[in-house]
Amino acid sequence: MEEFEVPRPPRTNYLNAEYGVKSWLLTKDHKRIALLYLGGISFFFFIGSLYAMAIRLELLTPQADLTQSSTYNKMFTQHGIIMVFFFLIPSIPATLGNFLVPMMIGAKDLAFPRINLLSWYIYMLGGILTIYALLAGGVDTGWTFYTPYSTTFSNSYVIATGLGIFIAGFSSILTGLNFIVTIHTMRAPGMTWFRLPLFIWAHYATSLIMILGTPVIAITILLVAFERLAHIGIFDPAAGGDPVLFQHLFWFYSHPAVYIMVLPAMGVVSELIANFSRKNIFGYKFVAFSSLAIAVFGFLVWGHHMFVASQSIYAGMIFSILSFAVAIPSAVKVFNWTATLHKGSISYDTPMLYGLGFIGLFTIGGLTGMFLASLATDVHLSDTYFIVAHFHYIMVGGTLLAYLGGLHYWWPKISGRMYPEGWGRFSALIVFVGFNLTFSPQFVLGYMGMPRRYHTYPADLVSWQVLHVLSTAGASILGVGLLIPLIYLIWSMRYGRIAEANPWHLPGLEWQTASPPPTQNFYETPIVTSEAYEFAPPEAKEVVGRFERQRPVKI
Amino acid sequence: MQSSFPFIPESASTLSGDVDAVYFYISGVTVFFTTLISLVVIFFVIRYRRRNPFEIPRPIEGSTKLETLWSVIPLVIAMSIFVWGAKVYFAEYRPPKNALEVYVVGKQWMWKFQHSTGQREINELHIPVGQKIKLIMASEDVIHDVFVPAFRIKADVVPGKYTSEWFEATKPGRYHFFCAEYCGMNHSGMGGWVVVMEPAEFENWLSGNVSQLSPATAGRQMFESLGCASCHGANGEGGRGPALLGLFGSNVVLNNNQTVRADEGYVRESILNPQAKIVSGFGPIMPSFQGQVNEEQLLQLVAFVKSLSTTKPETPTTKPPVNANVKPSAPH
Repeated sequence: MEEFEVPRPPRTNYLNAEYGVKSWLLTKDHKRIALLYLGGISFFFFIGSLYAMAIRLELLTPQADLTQSSTYNKMFTQHGIIMVFFFLIPSIPATLGNFLVPMMIGAKDLAFPRINLLSWYIYMLGGILTIYALLAGGVDTGWTFYTPYSTTFSNSYVIATGLGIFIAGFSSILTGLNFIVTIHTMRAPGMTWFRLPLFIWAHYATSLIMILGTPVIAITILLVAFERLAHIGIFDPAAGGDPVLFQHLFWFYSHPAVYIMVLPAMGVVSELIANFSRKNIFGYKFVAFSSLAIAVFGFLVWGHHMFVASQSIYAGMIFSILSFAVAIPSAVKVFNWTATLHKGSISYDTPMLYGLGFIGLFTIGGLTGMFLASLATDVHLSDTYFIVAHFHYIMVGGTLLAYLGGLHYWWPKISGRMYPEGWGRFSALIVFVGFNLTFSPQFVLGYMGMPRRYHTYPADLVSWQVLHVLSTAGASILGVGLLIPLIYLIWSMRYGRIAEANPWHLPGLEWQTASPPPTQNFYETPIVTSEAYEFAPPEAKEVVGRFERQRPVKI
Repeated sequence: MQSSFPFIPESASTLSGDVDAVYFYISGVTVFFTTLISLVVIFFVIRYRRRNPFEIPRPIEGSTKLETLWSVIPLVIAMSIFVWGAKVYFAEYRPPKNALEVYVVGKQWMWKFQHSTGQREINELHIPVGQKIKLIMASEDVIHDVFVPAFRIKADVVPGKYTSEWFEATKPGRYHFFCAEYCGMNHSGMGGWVVVMEPAEFENWLSGNVSQLSPATAGRQMFESLGCASCHGANGEGGRGPALLGLFGSNVVLNNNQTVRADEGYVRESILNPQAKIVSGFGPIMPSFQGQVNEEQLLQLVAFVKSLSTTKPETPTTKPPVNANVKPSAPH
């Protein structure tokens, strides 16, 4: 492995084309903006994780140990707000999507580079306002801001936090708009719709939700602010309002927002599974269209968050059946990824380990969703730790694993350096074990009846404490598993082995240019003549065995 | 609340077994598919591991037949869960007619219960075993939720309206109940015990408690002190305002020719916001009592209006109100 010559990075690339803080803060290069986002998102993820560790420590024992209830309530609220609005929603689209959407379709940049930069400033402005609210005194409404608690009763920084989320929402809208226009108008010659990598389809579907859904949460937050300031009587029953109306508006966005978080992850996993088994994806069109189906049906299931919230039982029935229906496209994806592995050439590189981990954890996350789509069991499990476990399996087991997998996979392209493979595999394993130990006990806790958002719990329920101790132990392992990549990825930017243009030997367009790429991405506009994930030229399709390609292979 | 196996919650209501059955069915489906997919993935990953860095596998395009198969099979399983779950949900959320009613008011951060015989409790609810209990719930402030894990039942308590849930306990004992909807600072302290007693023991408990006015009697006193009688008649027989005798549970024709059923929510709305629904033949002259009565008093007024009705549900195991000075207009 060591004897081949060390490839030299291209003389000028997007990282060294310009120097100085100003060249970064005023950049219009989608790749540099992706790195700006990466910095912001990592910062918020770090803050959100600190809250998570504090919450897990507090729950080690039934009584209050570390904090008072009012502080604890702020901790889980701020954990949720930061993780959802400032990490999960922008995570994959704003970093990997920003970097790769133009590269994968053979374009020089996104359609609106200035708007792209603007979206980062808007995101940071929203984030800073939210951080200000946290430092000034924090917010204690839960990330869901349920009325009338948030509008009338909470004595915390609801409006400042809400304004932060409101502002950050515009960055989502602008990113979605940019992606849609770019994918429609800037594909390279020959890059037809059905030749697009599935990562692009997933981002297209995500962008639709961003544009259609985000304005609704923006309006809802404004209504909460108006209600708090002027008591106009939209949500407060004493003034003729309806508190449940808020839940309808909130979930009309926030349920599709789950798909904003998980669809790009599915796109990443499609790339990982296909490329690291050197196979075209099984049932390409089914996987592509299932993303669109999820985006559309995702708007019709918001009421399943309100089965116990005094909604009519007939409305509950409709939302239940639609929720079961939206599970099918997700199931189709899982089956197709599994089938793609069949007769592949599967490597065990770090990104693939994350991809395989995603399949397992997303399967559990998806299947446990059926307990909550089913009306009878949801009545018991709603607002318990079962919910907490379920959505962490989707958000952490799904989105976070895919994000880490994608980050490792494209790291050579982004940084021009390889990450240390041994450490990569090791930490992927730690993350997988730590994650399962953290969240699987919470399914049992929820079934036992432990409500979520509880600072203390009855001491006579010994099994509850046992499960909490397991969960906290798992969280510590997960924390270590996440710190390792943070350290070695930063380390590798300077000391990592220099990456080849195409270290994985893959056909995707992003690999057909230098690592790191030049500012204009490609030295000449690529012309696409083959399908996505086509590893062998068409005439060689029947040849099984040797890598008989024009591409040099150095392994 | 521990059962013999430490990680399964106590099951102590007529419906908890039904909910568990659905739960175990979905658990079976979950375990089956998780195992299936994990095993297939692990098998493929080992069987088709990269043996040679230069190998290129033969492309496989996909199969419409397989896609159909693995869309239809999950859909059929999902629909079977849906139908079963909906059936049990209907049983859980449609209270039976002959339930014993208990009024519940939630406020930050305590629960108040009042039995139809007048006994009041805070953060504890005593009920007899083998008797259907319906909770009629109101909130003084934010959204709360009454969750009894051993009964597998939960419903939000939403300010501005009445919600309800019902259960029938099958085993005497003490069961935790919790507020399950986040309600502010002491949310995790807003719970207590449901104490399920043998019927005789329950009767004993009822008579051992200092007798208080039944909700209906207290409601009648409110009715008089608030001056309702001047329009609705001293005994609810009506006057400038509509009659209340026999009102509860009947269908009311409004001045816009719509018909509404006079349930707890209707009575509540007519007291707080009388202009919302005007009974046909009457003028919009009633003032609002918003802010003059709290949720407990409202529930007592509702109980009084109910007691005037001929269709009052039967309450077989309870004794008649202790201090009742109002005779129901028809025998139970």
